[in-house]
Amino acid sequence: MARLGMVIDTRRCVGCMDCVVACKTENQTPEGMNRDWITYATKGRFPDLRTTIQSERCNHCDEPPCVTCCPTGASHVHEWGGVVLVTKEQCIGCRACLASCPYDARYVHPDGYADKCTFCIHSVEKGQDPACVSVCPTRCMHFGDLDDPESAASRLLASRAHHAILPEAGTKPRIFYLE
Amino acid sequence: MNQVSRRRFLKITGAGAGVAAAAGALGTLPRLRAAGAAGEKGQRTVPTICDLCFWKCSAIATVRDGVLWKVEGNPEDPLSRGRLCPRGTGGVGAHFDTDRLRAPLLRASVRGEERWTEVTWDEALGRVAEKMKRIAAEHGPEAVALFSHGIGGTFLRHTMKAFGTPNSAAPSFAQCRGPRDVGFELTFGEGIGSPERTDIRNARCLVLVGSHLGENMHNTQVQEFADAVGSGATVIVADPRFSIAASKAKHYLPVKPGTDIALLLAWMNVLVREGLYDKEYVAAHGFGFDAFAAEIQPFTPEWAWPETGIEPDTIRETAREMARHRPATLVHPGRHATWYGDDAQRSRAIALLDALLGSWGRKGGFYQPASMDVPTYPYPPYPKPQRGSVDNPAREDGSGDRRFPFASEALTTGIREATITGKPYPVKGWVVYATNLIQALPNQAETIEAIRALDLLVAVDVVGSEIAGWADVVLPEAAYLERYDELDVELFREPFVSLRQPVVAPPADQKPNWWIARELALKLGLGAYYPWKTIEEYLDRRLTGAGLSLATLKEKGLVKGPRPPIYYEEGVVPEFSTPSKKIEFYSVQLKEKGFDPVPRFTRPAAGPPGSFRLLFGRSPVHTFSRTQTNPVLAQAMGENELWVNADAAARAGVATGDRVRLRNQDGVVSSPVRVRATQAIRPDCVYMVHGFGHTAKGLRRALGRGASDAQLLTRYATDPLMGGTGMNVNFVTLEREA
Repeated sequence: MARLGMVIDTRRCVGCMDCVVACKTENQTPEGMNRDWITYATKGRFPDLRTTIQSERCNHCDEPPCVTCCPTGASHVHEWGGVVLVTKEQCIGCRACLASCPYDARYVHPDGYADKCTFCIHSVEKGQDPACVSVCPTRCMHFGDLDDPESAASRLLASRAHHAILPEAGTKPRIFYLE
Repeated sequence: MNQVSRRRFLKITGAGAGVAAAAGALGTLPRLRAAGAAGEKGQRTVPTICDLCFWKCSAIATVRDGVLWKVEGNPEDPLSRGRLCPRGTGGVGAHFDTDRLRAPLLRASVRGEERWTEVTWDEALGRVAEKMKRIAAEHGPEAVALFSHGIGGTFLRHTMKAFGTPNSAAPSFAQCRGPRDVGFELTFGEGIGSPERTDIRNARCLVLVGSHLGENMHNTQVQEFADAVGSGATVIVADPRFSIAASKAKHYLPVKPGTDIALLLAWMNVLVREGLYDKEYVAAHGFGFDAFAAEIQPFTPEWAWPETGIEPDTIRETAREMARHRPATLVHPGRHATWYGDDAQRSRAIALLDALLGSWGRKGGFYQPASMDVPTYPYPPYPKPQRGSVDNPAREDGSGDRRFPFASEALTTGIREATITGKPYPVKGWVVYATNLIQALPNQAETIEAIRALDLLVAVDVVGSEIAGWADVVLPEAAYLERYDELDVELFREPFVSLRQPVVAPPADQKPNWWIARELALKLGLGAYYPWKTIEEYLDRRLTGAGLSLATLKEKGLVKGPRPPIYYEEGVVPEFSTPSKKIEFYSVQLKEKGFDPVPRFTRPAAGPPGSFRLLFGRSPVHTFSRTQTNPVLAQAMGENELWVNADAAARAGVATGDRVRLRNQDGVVSSPVRVRATQAIRPDCVYMVHGFGHTAKGLRRALGRGASDAQLLTRYATDPLMGGTGMNVNFVTLEREA
């Protein structure tokens, strides 16, 4: 079974927010609510500075606390690719998943259900990349099967130093940032 | 408090439809509209051209059940390579924008009060034509001027030429790239153009002087910048601000604002003194090198140090790095180049540095672009204006020279000045297309003074911009996804022609520019200049002339020609249309007109004690002052911030998130803007993204959000070579809001 994940090259990324805008149009997210976002961090003292830019979203963790805490089973791991999804009809909007997520990746949709990144599974099932990946003008994002050593994502992970966000949370995130 | 009970949840669901309607969100609008979409079911895609900026990327729009869904890059497009920039991706918002103009408007009270009467197109265009005829009768047709920006201005330009006026200008010259193109024209005999002929993709060393690629989001440039960074090219950035590009650089040079020429001279000094320049190339193609070398001899890194703040060792090291990678070292000419009033000479210094590195015409430097031969439409000849254009008149000293001898395009600010003074002759009518002159030109008081001297101001726009607010007649244009436009016959590595075509219908009574221009011409009695009845007929005639057809373009969006040789290495013959037919290291034509034949550095004037120099730039999610009401892009960035050096901010008693007003040296005070206290900028300047701080009532989503740099640009330094308006010459202090 595939284990879908993302590898993002922070060296190429310019933080232009195209991924954020593409997600918004692709998935028609409500005004002011985003499934992905950019973080910028500048360290040092002028002029000796370092800026890191990261495109962030749900990490589709191997051990997702949002799934284990969900009282209705709405939050679940999809049988294909291990993508973490929400069945909105089953969601009661209790926010337990929002509280459990170390990445603050979820919001409550105005229609009352918890919502977040789906890895654009509607496109992925058709063999396409998620919108954020396919739009990226710097081609810094790579989507693929982390269990397949031949996938572009796996090969990049094997060849470059990388990190995940908050690995100490113990949820085994599946989005990696090349340094 | 964060707990939402089951009861509350049910309440939310019950109110769902109401919430959606009130929110006016992108996510909800299409659903509301879907009900009214004339029964269209399923999904269709339409190739077209983006218009969120003026790069003209080819795109593919998707419509779902009759409702516009998304716009993506056309994979066949050499410019976008299938990937639009964030503005292009957010282009759907241009269609759904609730702040759009919906019907033609006539002014109903004094100018600038923004009170209107909705009228029919017939009435609006009738009024414009009547006024234009009256102005022509009293002052001649030359007394009507056109300001336009982008490919959409083509047909209005045609109508105005047919009317008999030579006065037509775009801010893209005197307020943007003009000095750059003139600096390169004076050196190589050719400008840079748009898209820039920069071979960033193949550069092994990329030098950016104040150019903030990545924030400045011209798609191809940024894609190739990422390619260059990804493939390990050395990036050198000189900028008072630690930009995104600077964060990718091996060498970041925090240059003092306004001292770039000193840095460029010192780099050239090192290359010449250490014999690191491309001697063969210079010997083969250069003119006046010895005189040039003698001129720059005093400008050592030690001389440049106190001027620029950059240490001599750093200047030497970076110069050597450039030499190591030549000719694949690209000293980027930038784009928005109107900074200090000596900008054409700064651009010429960049051109000369590129010449020393032998990068003009070479792979990894500047390529020779090509375009397809698509014949123009066979219109009747235009009437010859009785008088020349007003923007750059002859000097009164009898020399026969124009006021700005090296201006290679018309000057917006020249037309503005002539409108105020009535010299060399009165200008009484302005037609303004797709350019918000209030935010685009420095010194808003002068623009408003000129407007007060007019008998007619017409604005053609998609939203009610500030310039539309001052207009007598406002004509609502269809958004780019709702219209045909002129063909894009592009100059690029591989030539191509592309088509903008309608994807969806306009939501109200908006009309495409070609229709507006044609109807106006008919009302002016200029029907002979519009032998075609429909735009399709016009486009097909042009395309047929090139052995293509409209049907092909409608289906594919673009047609590419074969890629010709584009580098000297590939057989392009070096040709320079300068007076000497060579690369002019020493410019006799500049000397003859009384200018420095080799660029020299003049220290910029300092501001009042305790003030910051005001710098401004671009955001990747907005274009000029045009996109702030776009509901998608406004979500990505709804207001601008003021970058202040963290130490300077602490001294000024302000912190990140505080709202401050900026007061400039002339007492002009901005609207409130949030502070971003950061290490990433020098302490002697502040920075904001251009285009915010809107004041037009019609721009409801953007009104009063952030501050407007344009409002604070009461001073500008005019480039004596070409009339560009250097705008980085204003200083501000910060006033904290309670």
